[in-house]
Amino acid sequence: MVIVAAWWGSTAFGVFAAYQLPPPPVVLDAAIGLWRRGLLQQDIIATVVRVAAGFTIGSLLAMTLATVVGLSRRTEEAFEPTLQALRTVPTLAWAPLLLLWMGIDEAPKVTLVAIGAFFPVYVNLVAGIKNVDRKLVEVARVFDLRASEIARRVVVPASLPNLLTGLRLGATQAWLFVVVAEFFGASQGLGFRLTDSLQSTRVDLMLVALVCLAVLGKLTDSVIRVIEGRSLKWRDTLGEGRPG
Amino acid sequence: MSRQLLVTDLRKRYGDLPVIGGLDLDVAPSEIVAVVGPSGCGKSTLLRLIAGLDTHYKGEIFVADEKVCGPHPAVGLVFQEPRLFPWLDVERNVAFGLRERDDMLARGLVGAALEAVELTQFAHAMPKELSGGMAQRVALARALVTEPQVLLLDEPFNALDAFTRMRLQDHLLTAWTRYRPTLLLVTHDLDEAVYLADRVVLLGERPGRVVDVIPVAPNRPRDRRDPTLAALRVALLEALHLERDSRLVTA
Repeated sequence: MVIVAAWWGSTAFGVFAAYQLPPPPVVLDAAIGLWRRGLLQQDIIATVVRVAAGFTIGSLLAMTLATVVGLSRRTEEAFEPTLQALRTVPTLAWAPLLLLWMGIDEAPKVTLVAIGAFFPVYVNLVAGIKNVDRKLVEVARVFDLRASEIARRVVVPASLPNLLTGLRLGATQAWLFVVVAEFFGASQGLGFRLTDSLQSTRVDLMLVALVCLAVLGKLTDSVIRVIEGRSLKWRDTLGEGRPG
Repeated sequence: MSRQLLVTDLRKRYGDLPVIGGLDLDVAPSEIVAVVGPSGCGKSTLLRLIAGLDTHYKGEIFVADEKVCGPHPAVGLVFQEPRLFPWLDVERNVAFGLRERDDMLARGLVGAALEAVELTQFAHAMPKELSGGMAQRVALARALVTEPQVLLLDEPFNALDAFTRMRLQDHLLTAWTRYRPTLLLVTHDLDEAVYLADRVVLLGERPGRVVDVIPVAPNRPRDRRDPTLAALRVALLEALHLERDSRLVTA
C-alpha cells in the first residue's frame, strides 16, 4: 500500500517522467491489454509451471541428500566436500553451461530453478539434522528403537523447523532463478516479458511483469509460512507463558 | 535370593581416565536403592551402562539374569532433565515407548501411567505448557508405561525446588507401589536417599566403587520427621566425609 502510494505520488509530482515510471493506472491498462490478448495468462502459467517443477525437483533432491548426509558419517564424507565446492559457484554461473548442455528448451530453465532451490533446502536441513538434541535421541535409544525409527520419530520432527526455513528460502531463490532462466531464449514467461519489453522500451509492461512476480513470490512465501505456523505450534519461542 | 540387577567387578574408563573401578552391586526385585557419592565418581556412568547406552565396559551387568549388551525393554531410565519431545503432547510423549501401538491396550497403559503421576487432566497439554515438576512427572510416566523391571533414575529431582522435590518423591513412591519396579536412584540429596531407599549405596572418589552400604530400616510410609532418618542422614554424611578424609590422608 505504502509502495503504491509512493509510486503514484512520485509520478504525479513529476519526480519521474512517465517514460521512466508510468503511474499505476497506465500499468493497470497495460496489464488489462496483455490479459485481453491472452499473453499475461500465458506468461504467468509458463513461469509458475517452471517454478513449481524446478522447486519440487530441487527441494526433493535436497531433502533426500540432506537426510542421507545428515544421518550417516560415511555418506557425509562422500558427498559433503563436493556439494560444498559446488555451492561456492555462484548459482547463476550455471546458466550458460546449462544452455549449452540442454539447449533452449524447458529443461535448462527447470534445472536452473532446481539448482536455485536445492542449496537453501539442503544446507538448512543438514544443519537441522546435525543440531537435533542428542539428549532426545538418547531417550529413544533407551526404548531400544531402531535407527530408522529414531530417524523418523525423533530426527525428522526435530529438524522440521529448519526444513521449513530452507523451503521458504528455496522458494525465494526459485523465483529469482526463473527470471534469469527466462532471460535466455524463452518465448514466454514473466522473465521473457521483462527482456522483451526492454527491447521495445515498454516500461509499463515491465512493471506489469514485476508486480506479477512480486505478488506470486509473496504468495508462495505466505503459503509456506501458514504451513510453518500450523506444523510448528509446539515450539516454545517468543511470547509463550508457562504456568506455575 | 532372586536378583533383579547384578553388577560384578564393573570397570569403565574414558580414554586414560578410569571412572568406575571394580563396582559390585546386587539389587533384589522391587527394592529401592539410592546411590550417593562425590561428583565425578561415575554415578551417572553406572546408570548409562546398566541402561545399555554404552556397552564398552569390563565386568558384568545382568538384568533379570540376562547380560546387558544394549538397550533392553526391561530397563527404563529417567534423566536429570525431563527430555520430553516438544512436538508431542503429554499423552503421546508417555506413549512414545509403546512404538505407536494405538489399540485399547496401549491407551489403557498410557491412561494408567498418567494416573499414577496424577496428570490425567493434562493428557493433551504440550510440554511447553508444563512446569518443571509436571514435565518430570511426564518423564516418569513415559518410563513406567512400558512396565520396566528395573527403573533407573539419574538425579531426577535435582533441578526442582525443595517443595516440588518432596512432592515428586511421593509421586515416585506412589508409582512404585503400583508398578513395583526395582529402583536404582542416583542422588545428591541425602534426605531424599534416606526417605526413599531400602538401602543407600555409597560410592568412593573416582574411580567409583562401593565403599559402604547403609540399610534404611523404617517401614513405609515413612515420616520425614522420623528421628531414625535424621540419624541415618548423619551417619551417611560422616561416611562420606570419612571416605574423603581417608583419601586426603593417603594422597
